[in-house]
Amino acid sequence: MTTGILLQIAQTLAAILLAPLLMGWVNQCRAWLQGRSAPPITQPYRTLRKLFHKDAVIAHNASPLFRFAPYMIFACMALAAGIVPTIANDLPFSPAADVIALVGIFALARVFLALAAMDIGTSFGSLGARREMLVSFLAEPALLMVFFTASFISQSTELPIIVQALAHKEFVIYPSMAFAAVAFWMISVAENARIPVDNPTTHLELTMIHEAMILEYSARHLALIEWAVALKLFTYSALGIALFLPWGIAPQGDPSALPLALLAMLLKMAIGGAALSLMEAISAKLRLFRAPEFLGTAFLLGVLGMLIHFLLEV
Amino acid sequence: MTETLNLPDLVHWAWAGVLYWLILGFSALLLQSRRRLLTRVIFPLGALGALFIAGVGAAGLVAPTSAIILPIGLPDLPFHLRLDALSAFFLVLLGGAAFGVTVYAAGYFRNMRAGPLGLLALWYHLFLAGMVTVLLADDAYAFMVAWEVMALSSYFLVTTDHKIPEIRRAGFLYLLIAHVGAVSLLLCFGVLQGGEGDYTFNTMRLAEIAPFWASVAYLLALFGFGAKAGLVPMHVWLPEAHPAAPSPVSALMSGVMLKTAIYGLLRVTFDLLNVQLGWWGTLALALGLLTAIYGVIFAAVQSDMKRLLAWSSIENIGIILAAFGLTLIFYTDGKGALAALTMTALLYHAINHAFFKGLLFIGTGSVLHATGERRMGHLGGLIRFMPWTAWLTLIGALAIAGLPPLNGFVSEWLLLQAFLLSPGLSQPYLNMVIPVAAASVALAAALAAYVMVKFFGVVFLGQPRDPALHHAHEASWAERLGMIWLAAGCVLLGLLPSQVIGWLAPVVTQLTGQALINDAPSASAWLMLAPVSAERASYAPLVFLAVVLTTLLLVYIWVRRVYHGRVRRADAWDCGYPEQDARMQDTAEGFGQPIRQIFEMFMRVERERPDPFDRHPRYTGASHDKLWFIVYEPIAKIVGWLSDQAGKLQHGRIQWYLIYSFATLIFLLVFVTR
Repeated sequence: MTTGILLQIAQTLAAILLAPLLMGWVNQCRAWLQGRSAPPITQPYRTLRKLFHKDAVIAHNASPLFRFAPYMIFACMALAAGIVPTIANDLPFSPAADVIALVGIFALARVFLALAAMDIGTSFGSLGARREMLVSFLAEPALLMVFFTASFISQSTELPIIVQALAHKEFVIYPSMAFAAVAFWMISVAENARIPVDNPTTHLELTMIHEAMILEYSARHLALIEWAVALKLFTYSALGIALFLPWGIAPQGDPSALPLALLAMLLKMAIGGAALSLMEAISAKLRLFRAPEFLGTAFLLGVLGMLIHFLLEV
Repeated sequence: MTETLNLPDLVHWAWAGVLYWLILGFSALLLQSRRRLLTRVIFPLGALGALFIAGVGAAGLVAPTSAIILPIGLPDLPFHLRLDALSAFFLVLLGGAAFGVTVYAAGYFRNMRAGPLGLLALWYHLFLAGMVTVLLADDAYAFMVAWEVMALSSYFLVTTDHKIPEIRRAGFLYLLIAHVGAVSLLLCFGVLQGGEGDYTFNTMRLAEIAPFWASVAYLLALFGFGAKAGLVPMHVWLPEAHPAAPSPVSALMSGVMLKTAIYGLLRVTFDLLNVQLGWWGTLALALGLLTAIYGVIFAAVQSDMKRLLAWSSIENIGIILAAFGLTLIFYTDGKGALAALTMTALLYHAINHAFFKGLLFIGTGSVLHATGERRMGHLGGLIRFMPWTAWLTLIGALAIAGLPPLNGFVSEWLLLQAFLLSPGLSQPYLNMVIPVAAASVALAAALAAYVMVKFFGVVFLGQPRDPALHHAHEASWAERLGMIWLAAGCVLLGLLPSQVIGWLAPVVTQLTGQALINDAPSASAWLMLAPVSAERASYAPLVFLAVVLTTLLLVYIWVRRVYHGRVRRADAWDCGYPEQDARMQDTAEGFGQPIRQIFEMFMRVERERPDPFDRHPRYTGASHDKLWFIVYEPIAKIVGWLSDQAGKLQHGRIQWYLIYSFATLIFLLVFVTR
């Protein structure tokens, strides 16, 4: 039990510390693909350090909610990172929250971000909040549908049990999971504010979603939010790996498999990050009202995946 | 025999609570103009009555069923009252929510502008007493009398501000649909008694009814109770009547009165009828999901805060009804454990909704009080002037949005678990329907978060959209206490799900013959919820909260220790355009615009766009419920036409009326002599 808790804490800390690295890698790949000279992979850490050292500038009419939200969002993302198996599958936390609760954690963080965005009362903030909620009201049920497909196969909503079940059905391809994988990819892109739904580097009013919400934040608050965003990308990648490429995650009670699991995880993340930047490089951002269609497609794919499970696999 | 105290049965105590409220109500009438006495004595005493009722209910959950016959009413029709686990649960719900709301009402009505407060206090307590009697009634006669007391007293409460024409119109619509529903219930009881001529519920339980007539009774009950609960398409009165009433009354109507309809539906379907058919469940599931989606879409496009909450009540009733349908499906399919799970989710959501919707409605009451404004387009920034109200309302908003670790999440989680456990139903088409149903529930829950961000963000955050809002004052202490009680309910119901499920067990067993098993390891059973099997799913909200809070604190301390906590205040970034004012913020209409655009097929949108050269441009937009035009206006036209035709018979000439009488006499004579 104590080793379990230690492993749990180590894994959560590793996720928190490695998350900016993944962000740096994606940025680097994208710069290469766009023919720019790339920033070093450690650039996100430097940005965070710079931001933490700065004085926070806060609007006159900011309420306590505005200052509280970044901590809340960061804590939610840390909890989410703690639940998803990245290296080991032996997580004493995980019975506390299953995949449905995981969706709930993401929703909690999102609601706080949207509320904080509306707090100052600039037109950008509420515009961003509205758009974020628009994207999420379709992405959230779609994500649930993906999880449901996985739970129907594994007969559980606990992530360690899902991973165990999926990892041990040796390379059998489930058609339902193929649909779910496509849906999950689309949802991850939308939820992490990447092209084609949102553009993480934009500051153009007409297109911003996520950036519009955090426009009023600076210094340590901004740093926490940026870190939480990196952590979210990391958690989603870990989730994708756990659901669709679970091979290599160390099973319960087998510490000797850990180094290999760490290597496998890093490799899978690197490939996933490169794929994400490739997709960003070759696609254009959608008009805002095309985004619901994009996510509606993801939602339908998720539902289809579930139906196919009932048709073909039961 | 260790029992030395010879206390009367619990049902006597519950009836004593009813009488207590009646006495309070009528003594309030005597105190007509003594406003201080009314708000300082009558309402707090009424709140104690609510606490007492909740206590009786809590005891009734574990005590055996008790019944009495009261010699009141018509000579051969005494009132039969009975308190079993189902009634007891709804008494807890009623008492728990009504306590918070009544404490709040004591503060709220103190500063209410003109209006006969004594009369209002009478209707208020009569309303509470009526609802308790509905829950206790054990014969159709007592049930209908109590049902009408509830409907009429709430009608008078809705029309408190009867000088405003819209409120009179809302009240009329409410009264009309309440009575259409009541007629349907009367017919339902008529079918249920099975030709015995005896209208006690006991007779109905024993009556042998053919499946066809059972279906007729079920459909009548679904229609009658659905009209009261706000089931689409009988929902039209709800967004009119709930906003019209004073806020504590809206809170009671949304939080508690809608649940009496759910109680009635459960009573008729699972207790009085002794056959249940599978298609009933499919019908209820479909209607419930339609109601949930329809309600939440319209909630998203509202710009009046109380109307938004009323539509959100429709959504929640839809979710409860979907759980009801699912319970019926599982129950008739012989899946007892699953039926127990969905029944638990249903009851859990019912009590959750009583708490968070009560909280939100009284929160809007305080806003209304402080600003005199219900339109969200004229509010904003209130978190700075009314921090207590804002933060307590935030708890309610997060709870209703189904976010962990609050209570709304638990019931939705249980319901989603039930969908996940459904494979293996004997009818294959149901196996296909259920994933789609799960998707709809998830969609409704996600949209509810959208609605709540809009509600809280526009009302409490941002800049005040009206200069007068700078003088908004915080709610009084009594109001705050009421809100704190309900918010504490939301938090506790969210954090201690395994205890709550333990309390629900007798009710679930009574209805579905089986209780929900918590399969968590016994050492952690008090903090972990694991329905059916720990391998399948588990949720421990206390651990969840502890981890979030610890992380939050650690991060805070780390940032402060390693870096610094310096803050500079500055103006918000204005994009290089300094002429910005509070009117340029996103409005409620603006926030709902994406939803309106996506779901425009459900609405009739009326927009007035200004001319580009207009010097004083005004933009107005309204989204109306299309069902009103599709269903209700044609009905109203037909009724109008029929009454016009009937009116032709009446022209005030006495000789024609004599001819009518004569013709009727001849007709009857022919009829009789044949």
